[in-house]
Amino acid sequence: MHSCCGDRKMELRGRTISRGVAEGEALTTTQPISFYGGVDPNTSEIIEKGHELQGKKVKDTILVFPNGKGSTVGSYTLYRMKKGGNAPAGILNKECETVVAVGAIISEIPCVDKIDISKIRTGDMVRLENGVVTIKKQKFQ
Amino acid sequence: MYLTKEEERMLDGEEGYAVKKSIEILVALGEIYGAEKLINVGSVQVAGVSYHNLGDAGLEFLNELARDGKVRVLTTLNPAGMDLEDWRKLGISEEFAEKQKLVIDAFRKMGIIISCTCTPYLIGNLPRYGEHIAWSESSAVTFANSVIGAKTNREGGPSALAAAFVGKTAYYGLHLEKNRVPDIHVDVRAKLKKFSDWGALGYCIGKKVEDKIPYITGIEAADLDELKSFCASVVTYGSKPLFYMRGITPGSEKHQPPKEHVIIEDKDIKEAYESINDDVDVIDFICIGCPHASIKEIAEIARLLKGKKISPNIEFWVATSRSMKQLADKRSYTKTIEKAGGKFACDTCMAVAPLKGRFRSVATTSAKGCYYSRANNMKTKLGSLEECIAAAVTGKWS
Repeated sequence: MHSCCGDRKMELRGRTISRGVAEGEALTTTQPISFYGGVDPNTSEIIEKGHELQGKKVKDTILVFPNGKGSTVGSYTLYRMKKGGNAPAGILNKECETVVAVGAIISEIPCVDKIDISKIRTGDMVRLENGVVTIKKQKFQ
Repeated sequence: MYLTKEEERMLDGEEGYAVKKSIEILVALGEIYGAEKLINVGSVQVAGVSYHNLGDAGLEFLNELARDGKVRVLTTLNPAGMDLEDWRKLGISEEFAEKQKLVIDAFRKMGIIISCTCTPYLIGNLPRYGEHIAWSESSAVTFANSVIGAKTNREGGPSALAAAFVGKTAYYGLHLEKNRVPDIHVDVRAKLKKFSDWGALGYCIGKKVEDKIPYITGIEAADLDELKSFCASVVTYGSKPLFYMRGITPGSEKHQPPKEHVIIEDKDIKEAYESINDDVDVIDFICIGCPHASIKEIAEIARLLKGKKISPNIEFWVATSRSMKQLADKRSYTKTIEKAGGKFACDTCMAVAPLKGRFRSVATTSAKGCYYSRANNMKTKLGSLEECIAAAVTGKWS
């Protein structure tokens, strides 16, 4: 579901997994992310070999990816990132699963799923609030 | 999702931080997987205990929960990264031990039984047929669903803790009868000759059925140790944490063999050994007890080691719960095993202890143990207890 509001602003509605308000620049990937082993909690850098976002830092971004994968310890990794100031500001998923859901809740990172993540590009300004995702497109797209 | 007034109050934070976070987790998982409500659970098994896996992140979160979190149902604990009483003999560093003790302190504060075993059903956390429970630890989850006939999803560490603080879990997945219907018939025609064949069979079935629920025929008899080894292997190598073994799983008589079917023959078992075993003959680590050794297995190890000497080049572990070790002490099994040069690794195991870089090659009776040892960069040999004891004495696999 989405409705356009002017040229470069878009609104998507999803399901709230973890409550709260978050705003930031989108960092998007079509590949699942494993927080345990796939992300360095001390630098926030994606370190999984061959991942589209390898070398990118997720800190303060609205991290957009289809779903989580890997060990349930990944929930604790998200928590550690939050405590160290290295967590994403918010998380958007296509289909959230256990590891990310639990991680987002315990870390109090706003998280919304069941949205069409293909509508969001890296660099877009994104705001999450109560299941509503507002996107301001980056220029010249 | 329907919530009772009491559950709403928990969600509003009226029962403290740990309960609030916990019920948020349960409700979120319930929403994701389509649960209509929460249900009571009879017991909880919490995994994610080894500091090796938790790291400082996990420790921090556990401490936060322990501030006001108290478990509401019987809650037992998975193995830690070390023997909690004598870690030095296992070569664990003081630095690791300090952190591991802090993890255990947090769990103790929550009111959890510090059982530190992957076999809770052997030490007093034994659910009944049909009982809803919330367990993590894949081998125990599979045993509870498939050997006992209790009902549990494969929880992660945090979601199991959440269930313990609320005394409930979300009603979805394997809690629902409609999701417990077998969907592939596994016809075992292979002859199982030795104990490790059960692990090899688990490997074959896990790989063949992937995320389906197998209905297994052709097994005439299976004892506790064989079943616990099979449970650990089948789920490690790919299947859902539920199988039906005709004549053995309670309730198996209610189901007919599904149409889709696969056959397991002798050659499949042979191939399983070929892919689990590496080309290696010098062994420097032997571990028996994945899942944790039962008292019967410990008795068997003592019988085979009596009067023998383990090679000085070999580190030999019997991984078990402290409760089993206490029984072993009273029958002098402990003395016999230690006299031969073996060590008891209580509270811990080969899958969760910090072993990376310490050993080059392991021999074990456990197919699951082989999987985790490879992750610790070891070469692996799967075999019977007799073969492992022979390797312990000579230092070589033959």
